[in-house]
Amino acid sequence: MKVTESICDPQLDAVRKTCMMVKERHISQRAVTARLKRTPPSGGKTILERMSVTLGQATSFSEQTEWMLKVRDARDRTAFASLFDHFAPRLRGMLMKNGFGAAQADDVIQDVMLSVWRKASSFNPERAEVSGWIFQIARNRQIDVIRKERRPMPEDLAMPESTDIDGEQVLGIEQEVQKLRSAIARLTPDQRDLVQKAYLGELTHSEIQAETGLPLGTIKSRIRLGLERLRFEMKGER
Amino acid sequence: MTDIAHHIPDALLASYVAGSLARPFAMVVAAHVSICEECRANLAAHETVGGALLHDFEPISVSDDLRDRVLGHLDDPFLAEPARPHGNPTYPAPVVEALGDKPPRWRSLGPGAKQCILEAGKAGSVRLLHIAPGFAVPDHTHGGLELTLVLQGAFTDETGRFGRGDLEVADDDLEHTPIAEQGMPCICLAATDAPLKFSSFMPRLLQPLFQI
Repeated sequence: MKVTESICDPQLDAVRKTCMMVKERHISQRAVTARLKRTPPSGGKTILERMSVTLGQATSFSEQTEWMLKVRDARDRTAFASLFDHFAPRLRGMLMKNGFGAAQADDVIQDVMLSVWRKASSFNPERAEVSGWIFQIARNRQIDVIRKERRPMPEDLAMPESTDIDGEQVLGIEQEVQKLRSAIARLTPDQRDLVQKAYLGELTHSEIQAETGLPLGTIKSRIRLGLERLRFEMKGER
Repeated sequence: MTDIAHHIPDALLASYVAGSLARPFAMVVAAHVSICEECRANLAAHETVGGALLHDFEPISVSDDLRDRVLGHLDDPFLAEPARPHGNPTYPAPVVEALGDKPPRWRSLGPGAKQCILEAGKAGSVRLLHIAPGFAVPDHTHGGLELTLVLQGAFTDETGRFGRGDLEVADDDLEHTPIAEQGMPCICLAATDAPLKFSSFMPRLLQPLFQI
Protein backbone atom coordinates (compact mmCIF):
# COMPACT_ATOMS: atom_id res chain seq x y z
CA MET A 1 0.00 0.00 0.00
CA LYS A 2 1.68 3.11 -1.22
CA VAL A 3 -0.45 5.60 0.66
CA THR A 4 1.19 4.80 3.97
CA GLU A 5 4.57 5.77 2.62
CA SER A 6 3.51 8.74 0.64
CA ILE A 7 1.61 10.55 3.37
CA CYS A 8 4.90 11.02 5.19
CA ASP A 9 5.93 13.45 2.53
CA PRO A 10 3.09 15.68 1.45
CA GLN A 11 5.05 17.30 -1.33
CA LEU A 12 5.96 13.96 -2.80
CA ASP A 13 2.36 12.99 -2.39
CA ALA A 14 1.17 16.03 -4.30
CA VAL A 15 3.58 15.19 -7.09
CA ARG A 16 2.42 11.61 -7.18
CA LYS A 17 -1.20 12.73 -7.24
CA THR A 18 -0.46 14.95 -10.20
CA CYS A 19 1.19 12.14 -12.12
CA MET A 20 -1.68 9.79 -11.49
CA MET A 21 -4.22 12.36 -12.48
CA VAL A 22 -2.46 13.04 -15.75
CA LYS A 23 -2.10 9.37 -16.49
CA GLU A 24 -5.56 8.27 -15.49
CA ARG A 25 -7.71 11.13 -16.48
CA HIS A 26 -5.86 12.78 -19.34
CA ILE A 27 -6.51 16.22 -18.03
CA SER A 28 -4.75 19.10 -19.65
CA GLN A 29 -1.55 20.28 -18.02
CA ARG A 30 -3.09 23.62 -17.19
CA ALA A 31 -5.98 22.11 -15.34
CA VAL A 32 -3.65 19.95 -13.29
CA THR A 33 -1.59 22.93 -12.22
CA ALA A 34 -4.64 24.99 -11.46
CA ARG A 35 -6.55 22.40 -9.54
CA LEU A 36 -4.40 19.71 -8.04
CA LYS A 37 -6.94 18.23 -5.74
CA ARG A 38 -10.29 18.52 -7.44
CA THR A 39 -11.64 15.93 -9.82
CA PRO A 40 -13.28 17.13 -13.02
CA PRO A 41 -17.03 17.88 -13.02
CA SER A 42 -18.90 14.72 -12.19
CA GLY A 43 -21.88 15.22 -14.47
CA GLY A 44 -24.18 13.26 -12.20
CA LYS A 45 -22.01 10.21 -11.92
CA THR A 46 -22.24 7.99 -8.87
CA ILE A 47 -19.80 8.47 -6.04
CA LEU A 48 -17.95 5.34 -7.05
CA GLU A 49 -17.54 6.57 -10.60
CA ARG A 50 -16.38 9.93 -9.32
CA MET A 51 -13.54 8.42 -7.38
CA SER A 52 -10.24 9.22 -8.92
CA VAL A 53 -8.19 6.21 -7.90
CA THR A 54 -8.43 2.80 -6.38
CA LEU A 55 -6.26 2.21 -3.37
CA GLY A 56 -5.34 -1.37 -2.51
CA GLN A 57 -8.41 -3.31 -1.45
CA ALA A 58 -10.33 -0.18 -0.58
CA THR A 59 -12.43 0.51 -3.65
CA SER A 60 -15.28 2.46 -2.13
CA PHE A 61 -16.01 4.79 0.73
CA SER A 62 -17.39 3.51 4.00
CA GLU A 63 -21.16 3.01 4.20
CA GLN A 64 -21.38 5.98 6.55
CA THR A 65 -19.62 8.30 4.09
CA GLU A 66 -21.83 7.08 1.23
CA TRP A 67 -24.98 7.68 3.26
CA MET A 68 -23.80 11.10 4.36
CA LEU A 69 -23.00 12.16 0.79
CA LYS A 70 -26.39 10.97 -0.42
CA VAL A 71 -28.01 13.03 2.31
CA ARG A 72 -25.84 16.03 1.47
CA ASP A 73 -26.12 15.92 -2.31
CA ALA A 74 -29.52 14.29 -2.91
CA ARG A 75 -31.41 14.84 0.39
CA ASP A 76 -31.86 11.06 0.39
CA ARG A 77 -34.19 10.03 3.23
CA THR A 78 -33.38 6.34 3.06
CA ALA A 79 -29.71 7.15 3.46
CA PHE A 80 -30.59 9.41 6.39
CA ALA A 81 -32.57 6.59 8.01
CA SER A 82 -29.49 4.37 7.65
CA LEU A 83 -27.36 7.06 9.33
CA PHE A 84 -29.92 7.26 12.11
CA ASP A 85 -29.95 3.48 12.59
CA HIS A 86 -26.15 3.45 12.75
CA PHE A 87 -25.48 6.49 14.90
CA ALA A 88 -28.51 6.97 17.17
CA PRO A 89 -27.81 3.82 19.28
CA ARG A 90 -24.13 4.78 19.55
CA LEU A 91 -25.02 8.33 20.53
CA ARG A 92 -27.32 6.84 23.15
CA GLY A 93 -24.46 4.68 24.45
CA MET A 94 -22.23 7.74 24.63
CA LEU A 95 -24.82 9.96 26.30
CA MET A 96 -25.77 7.36 28.91
CA LYS A 97 -22.08 6.85 29.71
CA ASN A 98 -21.95 10.63 30.06
CA GLY A 99 -24.64 10.53 32.73
CA PHE A 100 -27.62 11.62 30.65
CA GLY A 101 -31.00 10.21 31.64
CA ALA A 102 -33.02 8.31 29.02
CA ALA A 103 -35.42 11.14 28.19
CA GLN A 104 -32.71 13.82 28.03
CA ALA A 105 -30.55 11.52 25.90
CA ASP A 106 -33.44 11.06 23.46
CA ASP A 107 -33.85 14.84 23.18
CA VAL A 108 -30.16 15.28 22.41
CA ILE A 109 -30.20 12.43 19.87
CA GLN A 110 -33.18 14.03 18.14
CA ASP A 111 -31.44 17.43 18.00
CA VAL A 112 -28.16 15.94 16.83
CA MET A 113 -29.68 13.80 14.08
CA LEU A 114 -31.84 16.70 12.85
CA SER A 115 -28.68 18.84 12.78
CA VAL A 116 -27.02 16.15 10.68
CA TRP A 117 -29.89 16.49 8.19
CA ARG A 118 -30.00 20.28 8.26
CA LYS A 119 -26.27 20.98 8.29
CA ALA A 120 -25.40 18.27 5.79
CA SER A 121 -24.25 20.86 3.27
CA SER A 122 -21.33 21.73 5.54
CA PHE A 123 -20.06 18.15 5.63
CA ASN A 124 -16.83 17.85 3.70
CA PRO A 125 -15.40 14.31 3.51
CA GLU A 126 -12.03 15.69 2.45
CA ARG A 127 -11.67 17.33 5.85
CA ALA A 128 -13.61 15.17 8.28
CA GLU A 129 -14.81 11.64 8.72
CA VAL A 130 -18.54 11.16 9.39
CA SER A 131 -18.21 9.83 12.96
CA GLY A 132 -15.92 12.71 13.94
CA TRP A 133 -18.27 15.24 12.33
CA ILE A 134 -21.28 13.82 14.19
CA PHE A 135 -19.26 13.52 17.41
CA GLN A 136 -18.54 17.23 17.25
CA ILE A 137 -22.20 18.12 16.62
CA ALA A 138 -23.13 15.94 19.60
CA ARG A 139 -20.52 17.52 21.90
CA ASN A 140 -21.62 21.02 20.91
CA ARG A 141 -25.24 20.11 21.55
CA GLN A 142 -24.40 18.62 24.95
CA ILE A 143 -22.51 21.77 25.90
CA ASP A 144 -25.45 23.92 24.76
CA VAL A 145 -27.77 21.85 26.92
CA ILE A 146 -25.53 21.90 29.99
CA ARG A 147 -24.14 25.44 29.88
CA LYS A 148 -26.80 27.23 27.86
CA GLU A 149 -24.23 29.20 25.93
CA ARG A 150 -22.91 29.42 22.42
CA ARG A 151 -19.38 28.28 22.61
CA PRO A 152 -16.57 30.02 20.74
CA MET A 153 -15.83 28.31 17.43
CA PRO A 154 -13.03 28.80 14.92
CA GLU A 155 -13.91 30.65 11.75
CA ASP A 156 -15.36 28.22 9.21
CA LEU A 157 -13.27 27.41 6.19
CA ALA A 158 -15.04 28.19 2.95
CA MET A 159 -16.72 25.16 1.40
CA PRO A 160 -15.38 24.17 -2.00
CA GLU A 161 -17.45 25.55 -4.86
CA SER A 162 -18.07 22.16 -6.36
CA THR A 163 -19.32 19.00 -4.69
CA ASP A 164 -16.84 16.85 -6.58
CA ILE A 165 -14.77 14.69 -4.36
CA ASP A 166 -11.09 13.89 -4.23
CA GLY A 167 -11.64 10.19 -3.63
CA GLU A 168 -8.04 9.55 -2.79
CA GLN A 169 -8.10 12.08 0.01
CA VAL A 170 -11.35 10.66 1.40
CA LEU A 171 -10.06 7.10 1.28
CA GLY A 172 -6.83 8.28 2.87
CA ILE A 173 -8.73 9.70 5.83
CA GLU A 174 -10.84 6.57 6.12
CA GLN A 175 -7.72 4.45 6.19
CA GLU A 176 -6.27 6.56 8.97
CA VAL A 177 -9.52 6.22 10.86
CA GLN A 178 -9.28 2.43 10.57
CA LYS A 179 -5.77 2.55 12.01
CA LEU A 180 -6.99 4.81 14.79
CA ARG A 181 -9.84 2.44 15.64
CA SER A 182 -7.47 -0.51 15.88
CA ALA A 183 -5.15 1.57 18.05
CA ILE A 184 -8.04 2.31 20.38
CA ALA A 185 -9.08 -1.34 20.36
CA ARG A 186 -5.60 -2.30 21.57
CA LEU A 187 -5.75 -0.04 24.63
CA THR A 188 -6.08 -1.59 28.05
CA PRO A 189 -9.56 -1.17 29.58
CA ASP A 190 -8.15 1.43 31.99
CA GLN A 191 -6.57 3.43 29.21
CA ARG A 192 -9.69 3.30 27.10
CA ASP A 193 -11.74 4.47 30.03
CA LEU A 194 -9.40 7.43 30.49
CA VAL A 195 -9.51 8.34 26.81
CA GLN A 196 -13.31 8.20 26.85
CA LYS A 197 -13.42 10.40 29.93
CA ALA A 198 -11.04 12.91 28.35
CA TYR A 199 -13.06 13.22 25.13
CA LEU A 200 -16.45 13.19 26.85
CA GLY A 201 -15.53 16.21 28.92
CA GLU A 202 -15.21 14.35 32.21
CA LEU A 203 -11.61 15.40 32.77
CA THR A 204 -10.53 19.00 33.12
CA HIS A 205 -7.74 20.37 31.00
CA SER A 206 -5.26 20.07 33.88
CA GLU A 207 -6.36 16.49 34.55
CA ILE A 208 -5.78 15.62 30.90
CA GLN A 209 -2.38 17.26 31.10
CA ALA A 210 -1.45 15.56 34.37
CA GLU A 211 -2.77 12.11 33.46
CA THR A 212 0.34 10.14 32.58
CA GLY A 213 -1.64 6.99 31.79
CA LEU A 214 -3.49 8.80 29.01
CA PRO A 215 -2.05 7.72 25.67
CA LEU A 216 -3.17 10.93 23.99
CA GLY A 217 -0.08 11.41 21.85
CA THR A 218 0.15 7.76 20.85
CA ILE A 219 -3.45 7.63 19.78
CA LYS A 220 -3.47 10.90 17.99
CA SER A 221 -0.27 10.15 16.10
CA ARG A 222 -2.21 7.43 14.26
CA ILE A 223 -4.47 10.03 12.79
CA ARG A 224 -2.04 12.87 12.61
CA LEU A 225 -0.26 11.78 9.47
CA GLY A 226 -3.39 11.58 7.42
CA LEU A 227 -4.76 14.88 8.57
CA GLU A 228 -1.43 16.57 8.13
CA ARG A 229 -2.24 16.56 4.45
CA LEU A 230 -5.18 18.81 5.09
CA ARG A 231 -2.86 21.58 6.20
CA PHE A 232 -1.45 21.95 2.75
CA GLU A 233 -4.86 22.19 1.20
CA MET A 234 -6.02 24.74 3.72
CA LYS A 235 -3.00 26.88 3.04
CA GLY A 236 -4.12 27.19 -0.55
CA GLU A 237 -7.53 28.41 0.53
CA ARG A 238 -6.66 31.14 2.91
CA MET B 1 0.49 34.69 7.05
CA THR B 2 3.55 34.76 9.26
CA ASP B 3 5.04 31.58 10.62
CA ILE B 4 3.55 30.63 13.92
CA ALA B 5 6.07 29.09 16.30
CA HIS B 6 4.04 28.61 19.49
CA HIS B 7 1.01 26.35 19.14
CA ILE B 8 -1.78 24.88 21.27
CA PRO B 9 -0.64 21.96 23.45
CA ASP B 10 -2.53 18.68 22.92
CA ALA B 11 -4.17 18.61 26.33
CA LEU B 12 -5.76 22.01 25.65
CA LEU B 13 -6.99 20.95 22.20
CA ALA B 14 -8.44 17.69 23.52
CA SER B 15 -10.14 19.59 26.32
CA TYR B 16 -11.54 22.08 23.79
CA VAL B 17 -12.89 19.27 21.60
CA ALA B 18 -14.41 17.57 24.65
CA GLY B 19 -16.00 20.83 25.74
CA SER B 20 -14.40 20.75 29.18
CA LEU B 21 -12.26 23.82 28.61
CA ALA B 22 -13.42 26.95 30.44
CA ARG B 23 -15.01 29.48 28.11
CA PRO B 24 -12.27 32.16 28.26
CA PHE B 25 -9.69 29.58 27.15
CA ALA B 26 -12.04 28.12 24.56
CA MET B 27 -12.19 31.57 22.97
CA VAL B 28 -8.39 31.77 22.75
CA VAL B 29 -8.19 28.25 21.29
CA ALA B 30 -10.88 29.06 18.72
CA ALA B 31 -9.10 32.32 17.84
CA HIS B 32 -5.73 30.60 17.37
CA VAL B 33 -7.23 27.77 15.28
CA SER B 34 -8.91 30.39 13.08
CA ILE B 35 -5.48 31.63 11.97
CA CYS B 36 -3.29 28.52 12.34
CA GLU B 37 -3.47 25.68 9.80
CA GLU B 38 -1.35 23.37 11.90
CA CYS B 39 -3.63 23.58 14.90
CA ARG B 40 -6.71 23.33 12.69
CA ALA B 41 -5.41 20.02 11.35
CA ASN B 42 -4.57 18.98 14.90
CA LEU B 43 -8.04 19.91 16.06
CA ALA B 44 -9.49 17.80 13.22
CA ALA B 45 -7.33 14.92 14.48
CA HIS B 46 -8.79 15.25 17.99
CA GLU B 47 -12.32 15.40 16.58
CA THR B 48 -11.58 12.25 14.64
CA VAL B 49 -10.48 10.53 17.84
CA GLY B 50 -13.83 11.58 19.32
CA GLY B 51 -15.53 10.08 16.27
CA ALA B 52 -13.63 6.82 16.64
CA LEU B 53 -14.78 6.64 20.27
CA LEU B 54 -18.37 7.35 19.23
CA HIS B 55 -18.16 4.60 16.62
CA ASP B 56 -16.81 2.29 19.30
CA PHE B 57 -19.55 2.86 21.88
CA GLU B 58 -21.73 -0.07 22.77
CA PRO B 59 -24.95 0.73 20.88
CA ILE B 60 -28.03 1.03 23.08
CA SER B 61 -31.19 0.55 21.05
CA VAL B 62 -33.43 3.56 20.55
CA SER B 63 -37.21 3.41 20.46
CA ASP B 64 -39.15 3.29 17.19
CA ASP B 65 -40.98 6.28 18.54
CA LEU B 66 -37.80 8.39 18.55
CA ARG B 67 -36.91 7.16 15.07
CA ASP B 68 -40.35 8.08 13.74
CA ARG B 69 -40.21 11.43 15.47
CA VAL B 70 -36.87 12.35 13.91
CA LEU B 71 -37.80 11.13 10.44
CA GLY B 72 -41.13 12.94 10.76
CA HIS B 73 -39.42 16.25 11.46
CA LEU B 74 -37.22 16.33 8.36
CA ASP B 75 -39.54 18.67 6.49
CA ASP B 76 -40.11 21.02 9.41
CA PRO B 77 -39.17 24.61 8.80
CA PHE B 78 -36.26 25.57 11.01
CA LEU B 79 -34.34 28.65 11.89
CA ALA B 80 -30.81 28.51 10.60
CA GLU B 81 -28.26 29.33 13.28
CA PRO B 82 -27.39 33.01 13.14
CA ALA B 83 -24.31 33.42 10.98
CA ARG B 84 -21.10 33.96 12.89
CA PRO B 85 -19.14 37.04 11.87
CA HIS B 86 -15.95 36.76 9.85
CA GLY B 87 -12.56 37.65 11.20
CA ASN B 88 -10.57 40.64 9.98
CA PRO B 89 -6.79 40.97 9.55
CA THR B 90 -6.33 41.76 13.25
CA TYR B 91 -9.18 40.05 15.06
CA PRO B 92 -10.07 36.41 14.30
CA ALA B 93 -13.76 35.52 14.01
CA PRO B 94 -14.35 34.45 17.65
CA VAL B 95 -12.94 37.80 18.86
CA VAL B 96 -15.04 39.77 16.38
CA GLU B 97 -18.05 37.83 17.67
CA ALA B 98 -17.16 38.59 21.31
CA LEU B 99 -16.75 42.27 20.39
CA GLY B 100 -20.25 42.25 18.94
CA ASP B 101 -18.78 43.15 15.53
CA LYS B 102 -17.67 46.55 16.87
CA PRO B 103 -14.18 47.99 17.43
CA PRO B 104 -12.72 47.42 20.92
CA ARG B 105 -13.43 50.03 23.60
CA TRP B 106 -10.06 50.47 25.24
CA ARG B 107 -9.60 51.48 28.86
CA SER B 108 -6.26 52.73 30.10
CA LEU B 109 -4.27 50.44 32.34
CA GLY B 110 -1.51 52.96 32.99
CA PRO B 111 1.37 54.15 30.79
CA GLY B 112 1.48 52.37 27.44
CA ALA B 113 -1.13 49.76 28.26
CA LYS B 114 -4.86 49.51 27.51
CA GLN B 115 -7.36 46.73 27.86
CA CYS B 116 -10.79 45.79 26.65
CA ILE B 117 -12.50 43.12 28.72
CA LEU B 118 -14.49 40.76 26.50
CA GLU B 119 -15.92 38.51 29.18
CA ALA B 120 -15.40 38.10 32.90
CA GLY B 121 -17.12 35.65 35.17
CA LYS B 122 -16.72 32.71 37.45
CA ALA B 123 -14.90 30.69 34.80
CA GLY B 124 -12.24 33.40 34.49
CA SER B 125 -11.88 36.29 32.11
CA VAL B 126 -10.76 37.06 28.61
CA ARG B 127 -9.60 40.46 27.43
CA LEU B 128 -7.74 42.27 24.71
CA LEU B 129 -4.51 43.96 25.75
CA HIS B 130 -3.00 46.84 23.79
CA ILE B 131 0.63 47.55 24.62
CA ALA B 132 2.55 50.45 23.10
CA PRO B 133 5.94 49.63 21.51
CA GLY B 134 8.67 49.30 24.11
CA PHE B 135 6.23 49.15 27.01
CA ALA B 136 5.79 46.24 29.33
CA VAL B 137 2.71 44.47 30.47
CA PRO B 138 3.06 44.87 34.23
CA ASP B 139 5.02 42.01 35.72
CA HIS B 140 2.59 39.60 37.22
CA THR B 141 2.41 36.20 38.78
CA HIS B 142 -0.45 33.93 37.97
CA GLY B 143 -2.99 32.33 40.16
CA GLY B 144 -3.77 29.75 37.54
CA LEU B 145 -3.58 29.12 33.82
CA GLU B 146 -3.10 32.04 31.47
CA LEU B 147 -3.21 31.94 27.68
CA THR B 148 -1.93 34.90 25.67
CA LEU B 149 -2.42 34.97 21.92
CA VAL B 150 -0.66 37.70 19.92
CA LEU B 151 -2.94 39.27 17.31
CA GLN B 152 -0.76 42.19 16.20
CA GLY B 153 2.88 43.18 16.70
CA ALA B 154 5.02 41.04 18.98
CA PHE B 155 6.29 40.76 22.51
CA THR B 156 9.29 39.11 24.08
CA ASP B 157 9.66 37.82 27.57
CA GLU B 158 11.89 35.46 29.53
CA THR B 159 10.61 32.51 27.49
CA GLY B 160 11.03 33.86 23.96
CA ARG B 161 9.52 35.96 21.19
CA PHE B 162 5.83 35.86 20.40
CA GLY B 163 4.49 37.29 17.15
CA ARG B 164 1.13 37.25 15.37
CA GLY B 165 -0.59 33.93 15.99
CA ASP B 166 1.80 32.75 18.69
CA LEU B 167 0.24 31.42 21.86
CA GLU B 168 1.95 31.66 25.24
CA VAL B 169 0.78 29.20 27.86
CA ALA B 170 1.68 30.33 31.39
CA ASP B 171 0.86 28.84 34.74
CA ASP B 172 1.71 29.24 38.41
CA ASP B 173 5.38 28.61 37.81
CA LEU B 174 5.98 31.42 35.36
CA GLU B 175 6.73 34.94 36.43
CA HIS B 176 7.37 36.91 33.27
CA THR B 177 7.56 40.41 31.91
CA PRO B 178 6.34 40.63 28.32
CA ILE B 179 7.67 43.72 26.54
CA ALA B 180 6.15 44.92 23.28
CA GLU B 181 8.54 45.10 20.34
CA GLN B 182 9.24 48.31 18.49
CA GLY B 183 6.96 48.93 15.55
CA MET B 184 3.22 48.36 15.78
CA PRO B 185 1.49 48.31 19.15
CA CYS B 186 1.17 44.76 20.42
CA ILE B 187 -2.40 43.53 20.69
CA CYS B 188 -3.01 40.28 22.56
CA LEU B 189 -6.00 38.16 23.49
CA ALA B 190 -5.41 37.06 27.07
CA ALA B 191 -7.46 34.60 29.09
CA THR B 192 -7.06 33.59 32.69
CA ASP B 193 -8.98 31.47 35.15
CA ALA B 194 -7.86 33.53 38.13
CA PRO B 195 -7.48 37.22 38.91
CA LEU B 196 -4.00 38.34 37.90
CA LYS B 197 -1.78 39.39 40.78
CA PHE B 198 0.65 42.15 39.98
CA SER B 199 3.96 41.94 41.73
CA SER B 200 4.89 45.47 40.76
CA PHE B 201 3.57 48.51 38.97
CA MET B 202 0.04 48.46 40.27
CA PRO B 203 -0.98 48.19 43.88
CA ARG B 204 -3.02 45.09 44.64
CA LEU B 205 -5.74 47.35 46.00
CA LEU B 206 -6.39 48.76 42.57
CA GLN B 207 -6.96 45.38 40.98
CA PRO B 208 -10.69 45.24 41.55
CA LEU B 209 -10.93 48.68 39.98
CA PHE B 210 -9.15 47.62 36.81
CA GLN B 211 -10.44 44.07 36.89
CA ILE B 212 -7.07 42.66 36.03
